Amino acid sequence: MSQMNKRTLLGLTAAAALTALVGCGKKEEPAAAPAAAAPSAPAAAAAAAPEPLKVAWVYIGPASDAGWTHAHDEGRRAVEAEFGDKVKTTIVEKVPESADAERVLRDLAAQGNKLIFTTSFGYMEPTIKVAQEFPDVKFEHATGYKLAPNVGVYDHRIYEDAYMSGVIAGAMTKTDTLGFVGTFPIPEVLRNINAFTRGAQSVNPKVKTKVVWVNSWFDPPKEAEAAQSLINAGADVLLQNTDSTAVIQTAEKNGKFAFGWDSDMSEVAPKAQLASNLLHWGPFYKKAVKEVLDGTWKSDREVLGYKDDANDLVKINDAVPADIKKKIDEIKQGYKDGSFSPFNGPVVDNTGKERLAAGATPDQAWLDKVDFYVKGVEGKVPSGK
Amino acid sequence: MDQIALLIAATLASGTPLAIAGLGLLINEKSGVLNLGAEGIMLVAAIAGFAAAHASGSDWLAFAAGAAAGALLAAGFGVLVIWLNTNQYATGLALSLFGYGFSAFVGIGYVGQKLAERTPFEVPGLAQIPFIGPALFRQHPMVYIAIGLIALAMWFLYRSRAGLVLRAVGESPESAHALGYKVRWIRLLAVTAGGALCGVAGAFLSVVYAPLWVEGLVAGRGWIALALTTFATWRPLRVLFGAYLFGGVTMAQFALQGAGVEISSQLLAMLPYLATVVVLAIISRNPTWIRINMPASLGRPFHPGA
Repeated sequence: MSQMNKRTLLGLTAAAALTALVGCGKKEEPAAAPAAAAPSAPAAAAAAAPEPLKVAWVYIGPASDAGWTHAHDEGRRAVEAEFGDKVKTTIVEKVPESADAERVLRDLAAQGNKLIFTTSFGYMEPTIKVAQEFPDVKFEHATGYKLAPNVGVYDHRIYEDAYMSGVIAGAMTKTDTLGFVGTFPIPEVLRNINAFTRGAQSVNPKVKTKVVWVNSWFDPPKEAEAAQSLINAGADVLLQNTDSTAVIQTAEKNGKFAFGWDSDMSEVAPKAQLASNLLHWGPFYKKAVKEVLDGTWKSDREVLGYKDDANDLVKINDAVPADIKKKIDEIKQGYKDGSFSPFNGPVVDNTGKERLAAGATPDQAWLDKVDFYVKGVEGKVPSGK
Repeated sequence: MDQIALLIAATLASGTPLAIAGLGLLINEKSGVLNLGAEGIMLVAAIAGFAAAHASGSDWLAFAAGAAAGALLAAGFGVLVIWLNTNQYATGLALSLFGYGFSAFVGIGYVGQKLAERTPFEVPGLAQIPFIGPALFRQHPMVYIAIGLIALAMWFLYRSRAGLVLRAVGESPESAHALGYKVRWIRLLAVTAGGALCGVAGAFLSVVYAPLWVEGLVAGRGWIALALTTFATWRPLRVLFGAYLFGGVTMAQFALQGAGVEISSQLLAMLPYLATVVVLAIISRNPTWIRINMPASLGRPFHPGA
């Protein structure tokens, strides 16, 4: 009898475990299941209400990274809030910029997603390639430059924030020396360095900027070393375009200033953070989704900035003087009404050569090809030569 | 002058985690076991140390937590490769990958968290000497402890009986076995001690050096420590020297960039690796030296029955 009981118990446990397993298995795929179930259950209702538009995001990092990917995910949630059950969103996190990206994109397209956002530069080739295989799926690629009939690209004028950070830095520096921790000498980063320096010089013409390259997007100990070496060399306000909080924390440790980049870093560096730039992808994502829903989507390149409510410089430190804060508000207004750009001519590089004539305004082609330091930045842009 | 003092100070701090991890791997390898899992061990120890420091505010508890995490992982690795005779290369690589993923997973909640402020440490009296003070005597105590550990290891390996036994196990496990030494237990002990030291190095990175936690924080320093051990021909003093050299050239190239010297930063970024390899290769150019110092059974499993 006891033998019997044991067996029954074992059987029951096994059954319970199995049920639990099956249950788990079902829970794992909420993305596919509801969509598949939807047409069968409320069939009558479905005839009236169209099927939701399936939209997918491919992320380079985890959605919780408190930086780049987090900002994109907030944009996705803005889409969900705006369109409700008219859309069905899916995310794939931590997708490497390699052959894996292609596989993920192909899967997403095959699962019926009609609009796919690929949110890192390295997804450019995979996006173009998979887009050719799925001509009825629309793709939007962040920070790239290759267009196709069903591939659009979108980007940010982050240098608008770099310029305003420069204005604050120029007012706050005591040594007239700013520091920049750069990743790689590509136009996007050079624009930030130049805008930062021009902003600082607009309030303090004596300012010089020292640049240190870490040749990595991500190496916190090295970022800290680079920041320390800039501080050792006399820089007292730092800006970076690396992703971690290492630079601003090094500034905090040394009693210097720095900026939060891509997210608010005041929590880890309450005294050091002079301000923080934020990216808002929501408005663009909502626009793209609406266009696809309306059938008016077409492939183009969109560069977003203050005009599109796409970025903002927030959490300006109390230590910043009131007239500088007022100036920041004026610049923001200038960005919004289009009367101001950080690169309005004349732009002179640090060898004295004029890169943009006085009175000229930079066009996108000019901005795409920035490969020099402006006057006030020390050193030479590293090149392979 | 001040710049140079600060450069020296930065060099000492930068080289310390490499020296500690390199020493751990040296002891590990002297027993004849190759542990390619250093990177993973350092990552798990880094998050363990960070969590401990976050909860307690104490650096010392953080180092203890890092050492414990490192020792535990290394002991697991040791059991696999020493008793179950799994392939040391594959198991070590697996440990590195596991450590990367595991540390990222348990560390999710610690991303963006801040450790309590700490007062900078100064060696009483000596810290006020001009130049020498700021250059040498305003470091975290662990920087000095690392030098002490290197000295201790030199005494242990070459002057103590236990060190002799450890080296014998690494040279010829069969002979050591025949003399009645428990080869597998000695190896496990060495691997565990090595893991603990790697753990201290990982905790130093996340708690003192960065100090922050993000996924992949160690960023390749485990591999550098592994290479350092080999290029230093398994001699503790050379590990320390190599670690400082690596740290020094890294910091010097940043200083050069900051000073606006017009050399390609990509070339400068390569320099620490190049300088360390070249210098250590020159020091260790004598092939006999390498043969004497390299544990002869490195990477080879040992079967006591055979």
